[in-house]
Amino acid sequence: MPQWIAATPFFLYVGIFLLLPTAIVVGGAFIDSNGLSLSNFSTMNQRFVINAFINSVVLSLATAIIGAVFGALLAYAVATGNPNGVFRRLVSSACGVLAQFGGVTLAFAFIATLGSAGLITLWLKQHGMNIYANGVWLYQLRGIVLVYTYFQIPLMVLVFLPALDGIRPQWREATESLGGGTWHYWRYVAGPLLAPAFLGSTLLLFANAFSAYATIAALVNQGSIVASLLIANTLTSEVGLANPGIASAFALVMVVIVAVIMVLYTVLQRRTAKWLQ
Amino acid sequence: MKVEAAIKRLGLLAGALVLLTACGGGGTTSTVNAATAKSAADVGGMDALIAAAKKEGKLNIIATPPDWANYGAIIDSFKAKYGISIDSANPNGSSQDEINAVKQLGKTSRAPDVLDMGKAVTLANTELYAPYKVQTWNDIPESQKESTGLYVQDYGGYMSIGYDSAKVPAVTSLQDLLGSGFRGKVALNGDPTKANAALNGVMMASLANGGSADDISKGVDFFHQLKARGNFTPVQATTATVKQGQTPVVFDWDYLSASHGTDVPTWKIFTPSNAILGDYYNAAINKNAPHPAAARLWEEYVFSDAGQNFWLKGLARPVRMAAMQSSGKIDAAAAAKLPPVNGKPVFLTGDQATKAKEYLASHWAQAIG
Amino acid sequence: MSRNRRLRLQIFRVVVFLVVGAFFLVPIGAMFEFSTRGVTEDAPRTLNAWLTIAQTPDLVAAILASLGLAVLTSLGMLVLLVPTMIWVRLRLPHLSRVIEFLCLLPLTIPAIVLVAGLAPIYLWMNLNINDSILTLAFVYLILVLPYAYRALYTGLGAIDVKTLAEAARSLGANWGTVMLRVIAPNMSVAILNACLLSVAVVLGEFTIANLLNYVNLQVAIALLGRANATVSIAVAVASLLFAFILLVILSFAGRSRARVARLEEV
Repeated sequence: MPQWIAATPFFLYVGIFLLLPTAIVVGGAFIDSNGLSLSNFSTMNQRFVINAFINSVVLSLATAIIGAVFGALLAYAVATGNPNGVFRRLVSSACGVLAQFGGVTLAFAFIATLGSAGLITLWLKQHGMNIYANGVWLYQLRGIVLVYTYFQIPLMVLVFLPALDGIRPQWREATESLGGGTWHYWRYVAGPLLAPAFLGSTLLLFANAFSAYATIAALVNQGSIVASLLIANTLTSEVGLANPGIASAFALVMVVIVAVIMVLYTVLQRRTAKWLQ
Repeated sequence: MKVEAAIKRLGLLAGALVLLTACGGGGTTSTVNAATAKSAADVGGMDALIAAAKKEGKLNIIATPPDWANYGAIIDSFKAKYGISIDSANPNGSSQDEINAVKQLGKTSRAPDVLDMGKAVTLANTELYAPYKVQTWNDIPESQKESTGLYVQDYGGYMSIGYDSAKVPAVTSLQDLLGSGFRGKVALNGDPTKANAALNGVMMASLANGGSADDISKGVDFFHQLKARGNFTPVQATTATVKQGQTPVVFDWDYLSASHGTDVPTWKIFTPSNAILGDYYNAAINKNAPHPAAARLWEEYVFSDAGQNFWLKGLARPVRMAAMQSSGKIDAAAAAKLPPVNGKPVFLTGDQATKAKEYLASHWAQAIG
Repeated sequence: MSRNRRLRLQIFRVVVFLVVGAFFLVPIGAMFEFSTRGVTEDAPRTLNAWLTIAQTPDLVAAILASLGLAVLTSLGMLVLLVPTMIWVRLRLPHLSRVIEFLCLLPLTIPAIVLVAGLAPIYLWMNLNINDSILTLAFVYLILVLPYAYRALYTGLGAIDVKTLAEAARSLGANWGTVMLRVIAPNMSVAILNACLLSVAVVLGEFTIANLLNYVNLQVAIALLGRANATVSIAVAVASLLFAFILLVILSFAGRSRARVARLEEV
């Protein structure tokens, strides 16, 4: 029996429930009222569409990197504790819940904390600090970055923790017996071994932020400043601007962008494997 | 195999029906007829319709949140009166979401039975509805219904500025909103290129700012000014953000604005006297409704005096208001609570709405960005 | 491990937990504070919003449906993804990039667009096979793929799968035993994390259930939230607590790991 047979259940399942819907959606990008055509892509050169995609990429990169770094630090703090302890279970479960926490409620949580009438805002104002003196940044991309890290950091912890758990104390001992210190340990031993997992997790965080919709829809409801808002608007506009064909075209562009990022990630992985040797 | 079994079953059913009607003589017709009934008479009268609906036992509604024009009370009373359970899906959905659900759920048992939508979406999808004339059909003005009953206007209101009088100064004109007391506090109910309420909000601002029903640009200019002063906030206004103080001023339909009054006792509603912009929502029945008799019974109920008065209590103007006032069936106390409207209301025509949306599509993002 | 290093590590851990703890707990605290507000500004604090949740009968059915979906999805993930990943790791390494991309794809397609593609499939399934809300498990398994894949991948990367498999095979084990009794226990952390993620995704999923007109936990919460401002926030915090407690209980299902040396020696 050929070896690839064992992988067929997976591919069959994914084929039906993922590839088929994707094909239906992507196919819709090439069809308009007159049949097969590329007219749905004609809106791609408009300023606000290009800006939306650029904003999406920038926002996702920023939150992916910030989430990855802080998430890795938190994961390290967790991994160096008692592996069977209650604390670790609590933190893991909390990360599980918060990684999926989003949408209108997350937006409200931040509004209640840092909004114009938020608890922290008012407390700071009482102590003489007006954080919004130069405009309310919570509803601009910088503020959205902060809000996104709320679920990016827990997600990073969950997907990166198993890698940190795989670190053997023997590695440290070996480094030290060869005269290396902390810097050498991280630069030559643990770093290269953790790099693939770290990069892979960062990629996941990127894709997660890229397609996130509900949270930013609740905070920045005006003007579609990122791609996911653009798509939602094109699918559910009730003033007559809905156009499923164009929405499919945008969705296809999103998939292409992520595919490109994946290629870059693969290249980066190979490069770091070489550099860190 | 399946087809043969199905044919056998249908055959038995048909035979049973023939026997029943032959022996029973007159009286209830089966729900097979309800799907094509164009009025209660087609089903054999109101009692027959009620019986058929009760047999179906369920109704699927969509995008009908309980705090929208007092729909909660209508849903509860319908359930209590007829014992039919109601499945309320996608409460925060838009009109387009309703159409998407009809298309995507096809003939499944979860497809929406009845729809309640804004004008643009209603007009664009008439092939999806079943024509039906409720018993109170003649009370509805000609201009507010489609002649065969494909869709009928059910309730409406006027675009208003709702505000929390405890958090911001009183609003007596549109220009007040440009004042310093409104820093970061004014919100629209949605994005005007997406939401009907928001488009009408911008149009109302245009009317109050020297524009007209054909020209929404003055409204876009107003919001641009609002944004430049730092008074505009892009946050999606919800009951929670209103109560919390993030969005104490909201452009919204007066009946929707009214629901904030339960959370915020100091909530007030202002309609500029030189900009009275009205709009009605439209009711329609899904052609492929999984519960056709219940769907029709629902329409009968909401267009009856009881149903219309519930909407009135929600501060919406029911479509049969004029007729009910002359017949005396109107709930006078609720009617007295309606926000006063001193002037001639404007209703956008299809063309004006189209022109507005096209202008917004090309200008809103820059104005507000 | 030197005392100096141990001390630095402890300080590092305390600082991280304090800072991160504050960052995550303050917004939830703000939500809780809002949910206890009275009707007017000066009205006393009240737990009315929380009591309203207890009085909603429809919520129970939605909770049960979501729990059922969580169980089905986790099982599906364990049965479909774990063996496939182990097999690809061992025998089909050239497929690993393909699987990685396939497992990332669900995240790149926004849910509302995915529904547009899924709708015809679900239409066929509902009319010909089954109508119940549990059929959502099929698509939820796809939704958890990105997260589960990444967690399982890092777990697989941390152990020497090849050696373990060869050793077990040389002792006469069949592939089932190799996967179930040799490799899986060694990646129990990763598997547990993948399950935690799957349960969390299912409990938090809203868009697809909503657009397909099913009522799962999040949809029921959205409907409940329309009643009143404080209730909508109270029910959101309650659902977070519910999911948290559920996950803590679930985390006790993992085997306790005996360690040769404690990791803090690192």
